[in-house]
Amino acid sequence: MIEVETVIDVKGLTKIYGDKKVVDDFDLKVPRGAVYGFLGPNGSGKTTTIRMVCGLLTPNAGSGTCLGWDVINESEKIKTKVGYMTQKFSLWEDLTIRENLEFVARMYEVDDRKNRVDEALDGLGLSGRSHQLAGSLSGGWKQRLALASCMLHDPDLLLLDEPTAGVDPKARREFWDTIHELADNGVTILVSTHYMDEAVQCDYIAYIAYGKKLIDAPSGELVDRVGLHTWRVEGKGLSQLTKDLEGVPGIEHVARFGTALHISGLDKGALRAAVSPFFEWDNLSWSERKPGLEEVFIHLMSSTEDNFQ
Amino acid sequence: MSMISFARIKAVLLKEFVQMRRDRMTFAMMIGIPIMQLVMFGFAINSDPRHLPTALIDRDHSTFSRSVIAAAENSTFMDIAYRPTHEEDAETLMREGKINFIFIIPENFARDLVREENPQILVVADATDPSATSGAVNSMNEIVRSGLQRDLSGALSNISAKPLPVDVVLHKRYNPAGITQYNIIPGLLGIIIAMTMTMITAVAITREKERGTMENLLAMPIRPMEMMVGKIAPYVIIGYVQTVVVMLAAEFAFDIPIVGSLSLLFWAVTLYIIVNLMIGFLFSSIAQTQMQALQMTFFLLMPQILLSGFLFPFLGMPRWAQYIGEALPATHFMRLMRGIMLKGAGAMDLMSSFWPLLLIMLVVGIAAMVRYQETLD
Repeated sequence: MIEVETVIDVKGLTKIYGDKKVVDDFDLKVPRGAVYGFLGPNGSGKTTTIRMVCGLLTPNAGSGTCLGWDVINESEKIKTKVGYMTQKFSLWEDLTIRENLEFVARMYEVDDRKNRVDEALDGLGLSGRSHQLAGSLSGGWKQRLALASCMLHDPDLLLLDEPTAGVDPKARREFWDTIHELADNGVTILVSTHYMDEAVQCDYIAYIAYGKKLIDAPSGELVDRVGLHTWRVEGKGLSQLTKDLEGVPGIEHVARFGTALHISGLDKGALRAAVSPFFEWDNLSWSERKPGLEEVFIHLMSSTEDNFQ
Repeated sequence: MSMISFARIKAVLLKEFVQMRRDRMTFAMMIGIPIMQLVMFGFAINSDPRHLPTALIDRDHSTFSRSVIAAAENSTFMDIAYRPTHEEDAETLMREGKINFIFIIPENFARDLVREENPQILVVADATDPSATSGAVNSMNEIVRSGLQRDLSGALSNISAKPLPVDVVLHKRYNPAGITQYNIIPGLLGIIIAMTMTMITAVAITREKERGTMENLLAMPIRPMEMMVGKIAPYVIIGYVQTVVVMLAAEFAFDIPIVGSLSLLFWAVTLYIIVNLMIGFLFSSIAQTQMQALQMTFFLLMPQILLSGFLFPFLGMPRWAQYIGEALPATHFMRLMRGIMLKGAGAMDLMSSFWPLLLIMLVVGIAAMVRYQETLD
């Protein structure tokens, strides 16, 4: 296990394709043993940032270290200690499960290869199917196999690019259990996701949009950091209410959660003033509540929507 | 069944045009290949070759010998390219594949001619490729007669040019019966290897790119050199299998003698297989898709077949086409195979074909290492 306390420490990372800044002046500090979540819409630069950290892409500007090694000049060393799980399944579909694991183990020159592969197969519960082609596995199994394969060489840092996309809820839960176990053992994990409920699982959260980091905080502090206030209303006629509330000064956004609306704003007084005229409507029950991560993300996303082009 | 919809036909048609425009490589090939074929078939290849390089040994230095030589050159079949003193030097040139003919006029040619003692002229033709030399061989008597005609007038008119007062002795070297297979089969191995070996490695990297596994490979700590050697090595064995099959067929099905050294043949084949695999690897580091890699393979294969001396005599091509041919690995392999199998040429004779292959390997290897992308940029 490496000794640095800040596993990823990069400043000003910038990646330009054509005239488009896909990642713009990105700073990132990830402490050892943390589970660090990257949230953001599609095309926000999550994948590009992860690729720059592990040396798969050369940044146009910026510098820093990963596991204590320079991200620009020492990517060969970084690669030996990083496990990278790609967004799309990138193991060999025409190799068997065992052949895939053995290949990866050889690439990293893993000691005691046979035992490590056997252990990985046992851990996956795939020992009995080890001679099946990887291409014949379902999405959830592919994801587990991919995670197992990037763990074979005991990496100090795991980069997981939307690892749970298209995976069923049970498999997702098991996946997160594994992640926390690894983090407890001192492995640092950077994981990107679309799912807000997964963000709660992270120790730190960075919200990214349009290649810029909008906010970066321990997940417990995130809500307070944004300073959002929320009213919840339940009842009938919510569609009409939504229309009436849109655009009222003091209201940042209105989001529907099943049979309820969450109405949020940055200014507590202004928000109250904006919603109070509707208190008299029939069949509605109003309550003020502490905003959750969902509201915070919807707020972050809606406040940057204009840049989407 | 509904009516045929022109709107849908148009939809497909427009989509094809848009995609064609995006795929620059395919578009370039569609234009480039016909132009290349026009140039090669129209200008470069020649099944009735003229101006074939000839080594002349004139031991007589008489008016008569000079007339015969002038006639040979005037016939446009032969160009006197070398004037070695010793016959061995001429033999070496022929084993190296640098000349098609050796033309020897003996001492006292003029004296014996005047004495009506039917002196001999020796013409040695390299018959490994029978089609290259057959034109000259068939008209040799006529050439010599026309050369002597003028000199045998006046005081010497008693020596009739008809019947020919000279014996033209023809030696068809290496392939006296003029069997085409002697030429084709050893060369065919070169084409088989060029086609299959280049193709198989050309898709090696592009397949990883297309399937998305390249990202995984690049995230692993592997060096370009390790990747190239690992990708190439398995196919060397396939190349050996192909070689054994062709050699067995040559020996048992076509009765082609293998005159030279088998170990030399092994080294020539090994070098050539590696060169072709590395070219394939270079292609796959340039191409983005397997389709593009295959197009590049095909683009190289055509000149390898047409300009290497495989189907058409190399020395019969115009100079510019020969220069292109010299840059192709197949050309040098043809010389090596014919040299070893038919002519029994040794390592020293074949140096002039070995080093170009080594040079090509070096250049292609460096280019592949430069082109190989270690990142996804």
